[in-house]
Amino acid sequence: MPEKTLLNSSDIERALVRVSHEILERNKGATDIVFVGIKTRGVPIAQRLAAIIRTMEQVDIPVGSLDITLYRDDVSSLSFKHVVQQTYVPFDITSKHLILVDDVFYTGRSIRAALDALIDLGRPETIQLAVLIDRGHRELPIRADFVGKNIPTARNEEIKVYLSEVDAVDKVTVMRTEGGKNELK
Amino acid sequence: MKNDSLLIKNARIIGPAAGIEETCDILITGGKISKTGKNISAAGVTVINASGLIASPGFIDLHCHLRQPGYENKETIATGARAAACGGYTTICCMPNTNPPLDSAAVVSHVRDIAAREASFITILPVGCITEGRAGKELTNMAELAATGCIGFSDDGSTVSNNRIMSLAMDNAAVLDLPIIDHCEDVDLSQGGHMNEGWVAVRLGLKGIPAAAEDTIVARDIALCERTGAKLHLTHISTAGSVQLVRDAKCRGLKVTCDVTPHHLTLTHERVMNSQDDPRSSLAYDTNARVNPPLRSPADVEALIRGITDGTIDVIATDHAPHTIEEKLCEFENAVSGIIGFETAFGVLMSLVHTGKISLNALLTCLTTGPASILKNGAGTLNPGARADLTLLDTGYEWTVDAKEFFSKGRNTPFDGCKLKGMVVATISGGFLAFRHNSLRID
Amino acid sequence: MSLSEPRPGTATRETLPNPSIDFWKHRHVLDLDDFSREETDLVFEIAEGMVEILDRDVKKVPTLRGKTIATMFFEPSTRTRASFELAAKYLGADTINLEAARSSVAKGESLIDSLRTLQALEVNAIIMRHPCSGAPYIAARNLDTSIINAGDGCHAHPSQGLLDIFTMRQQLGNLKGRKAVIVGDILHSRVARSNIWGTRHYGMKLVLCAPPTLMPHGLPDMLEKYSLNHVTLEHDLNTAIKNADIVMPLRLQKERQQSGLISSLREYTQGYQVNAARLAGAKPDVLVMHPGPMNEGAEISPEVAYGTRSLIEQQVTNGLAVRMALLYLIAGGKSR
Repeated sequence: MPEKTLLNSSDIERALVRVSHEILERNKGATDIVFVGIKTRGVPIAQRLAAIIRTMEQVDIPVGSLDITLYRDDVSSLSFKHVVQQTYVPFDITSKHLILVDDVFYTGRSIRAALDALIDLGRPETIQLAVLIDRGHRELPIRADFVGKNIPTARNEEIKVYLSEVDAVDKVTVMRTEGGKNELK
Repeated sequence: MKNDSLLIKNARIIGPAAGIEETCDILITGGKISKTGKNISAAGVTVINASGLIASPGFIDLHCHLRQPGYENKETIATGARAAACGGYTTICCMPNTNPPLDSAAVVSHVRDIAAREASFITILPVGCITEGRAGKELTNMAELAATGCIGFSDDGSTVSNNRIMSLAMDNAAVLDLPIIDHCEDVDLSQGGHMNEGWVAVRLGLKGIPAAAEDTIVARDIALCERTGAKLHLTHISTAGSVQLVRDAKCRGLKVTCDVTPHHLTLTHERVMNSQDDPRSSLAYDTNARVNPPLRSPADVEALIRGITDGTIDVIATDHAPHTIEEKLCEFENAVSGIIGFETAFGVLMSLVHTGKISLNALLTCLTTGPASILKNGAGTLNPGARADLTLLDTGYEWTVDAKEFFSKGRNTPFDGCKLKGMVVATISGGFLAFRHNSLRID
Repeated sequence: MSLSEPRPGTATRETLPNPSIDFWKHRHVLDLDDFSREETDLVFEIAEGMVEILDRDVKKVPTLRGKTIATMFFEPSTRTRASFELAAKYLGADTINLEAARSSVAKGESLIDSLRTLQALEVNAIIMRHPCSGAPYIAARNLDTSIINAGDGCHAHPSQGLLDIFTMRQQLGNLKGRKAVIVGDILHSRVARSNIWGTRHYGMKLVLCAPPTLMPHGLPDMLEKYSLNHVTLEHDLNTAIKNADIVMPLRLQKERQQSGLISSLREYTQGYQVNAARLAGAKPDVLVMHPGPMNEGAEISPEVAYGTRSLIEQQVTNGLAVRMALLYLIAGGKSR
């Protein structure tokens, strides 16, 4: 199956606006909220959510970026090692409502790794999870609080998220791969 | 074979003295060369089919280490002699750095007795110490050592550092008309050094032994040779500087001779860094390439090869130096120096002939008539009446070095695994077959 | 030290969905002579990520959990060993220390025997320091385990070279055209040698300055042999230090005077000590580094060692980060 676009730029924007509303609703406003995006594409999504909320509530919500490479549990051979990038969370997360943000929610292992990483950074009041796409096939008992779009997929399919901050275009596509997953998602 | 009579048919004789190459037969009776010529026939003698082979006088090694007495775990006179025979050697001169050293008549006699009992299939000649215990302080009883059979004097392994002692030793040796065989190493310059001083040593972080450590002693020895009129033989020279000094000395008519080892003619200091097959692989620090004097630069090797072609260098000697495996299985700077040489000498040296660097004639001269003229015992010829010491050689035979198969107890060679072309097929000493390769055709 | 912002241009793989490394081929880290520019950059990139961890209260990540890192130091060293040990522990690994009793066993036996013991214990990586050049190469040839060289004789000290360059980059940014001077006992220095190899990719000039008795005879030939054109040799420190961005004195060991390589400490300091007066000839914002431990009053004056231009403390922190990066690259991932 060739790469097929499921969401375009406006679809993504609409989904993120709705998610922002849900975040504000659940947390009864923007007080004590912080965003932490999981690298790589969780970060621009978190930034967009913060920008939307700034427009709505005139509040600046801090956005940090989290590198989970050192917390992964996938078996990787020498040649597929992942580059460690910097975690940058230059604000206190203790006692905050920390919204963890990621682009695609799949097995849940990324989120588990992110939770481990966050515990080392501080003690938030709550940790909530916002994802752009939920493609199903959870391997751990983790759920998302806020979902942009549910896209049920088969195991041998791959969801790709393109964001203009990183990829020069905004879209979400699906494509068939050989042999199923080899990525932590 | 108990019989000391043989007929060798159709061997190619290269007589280094005569310079003539011809195919002919050689008849040996009673341990001596009876006659050489075409179509010899003789009854009741073993016939060796030597067509395609070269017959050379048996090789003579002026410098080797048999380790007995004292270091029998590294080698014995018997195992060393067997290895020598395999390498084509019919006469070998063993160095006196044994324990006890060959600095007294008693020990020399002891070694000769063992040789007669256990290694009589080749001729073993002892070299006596210059100083007691090789300590460089007191001269040995050189006349007595000569009378007991020593063919020369050396403190090999060490240099006599004290110039005055060396000069006195040369005075004595001159009168006995025997050579002083010097290992040239200024220990103050070489102290703490592990390999040749050069870019490889810097790369490997090892301390260098400068060429000057050898050149300074060579120059000193030549000056003392001039003063005393002694026969000076400089053993295992390794530098371009040494070659030039010897060349000049010979031009001035001084009684200076010298020898070089097969490994110094074919390996450079890069061999320490590179393992045999894969120069790209990580640094080898190959202890089998640790030797004294060290493997030197390509310029030095070229100078040594030129020294052979222009006759400056008269002799090739193996400096066969066996050690135990443990002594080489360690960090480079803790490894002992030494390379075994008997069983690889001819094959390794033939690589120089095959690549056109030296002629076969020059090679055989250095292995036979060159050393013979220093020993002055009539060896090194195939003339009728001479003792039947011959080596049969197949210059085209291709083989791979496998140190585990050596007769020597030692395994310390940087040539292990090398493909060589040229091998000794038979070694005949006093008419007896001291060694035969399984390719030797006997009727 | 303060948390540094992710610097623009360093995270070159932001655009990849899953930045992964397919060119890291090293099983061992023995010297920097076989490190490509890409590989050195990779170590630095990962080290930058590690720097952030060092700033946390809880300096622990689970990356090497369940792995065992062994340190095998045949030469005494508190600083380097502690640095590697902490690096391993911060990454969640278990560590064991083997100090070979050098006096008790015969030379050579200790190395081979100790290696065999470690092989049987199946540790994931061995950090090795040895007084003999080449010892880690013997280890690498005879064991399946990965070896990280923490200094072998006078030959190499790759993690030091890496942390030195990392520190220079951190302070100066792009190293192209910059000039660093290493001054002192070049003859015996494995740090100088590793820095020769490490700096060759970065377009910087490296000047090695030493009195003639402490400069290796074969060094010019070696530089030529490997086309290490960025290195020049100099005996006069004032000439060497002109317009230098970085000055790195090397420790002068007392043994050098005993063995006659220097005539006296006074003669050495007059010609080669790095002090405030000498630094006047360098660039006004010159920075001073030192591989440690320092011999204050010998190769470096105390006021320079502890002055504002000194990067020595950063070197220690960066050393930890670089070593964490190396351990991650060597021991992270599936156990073989």
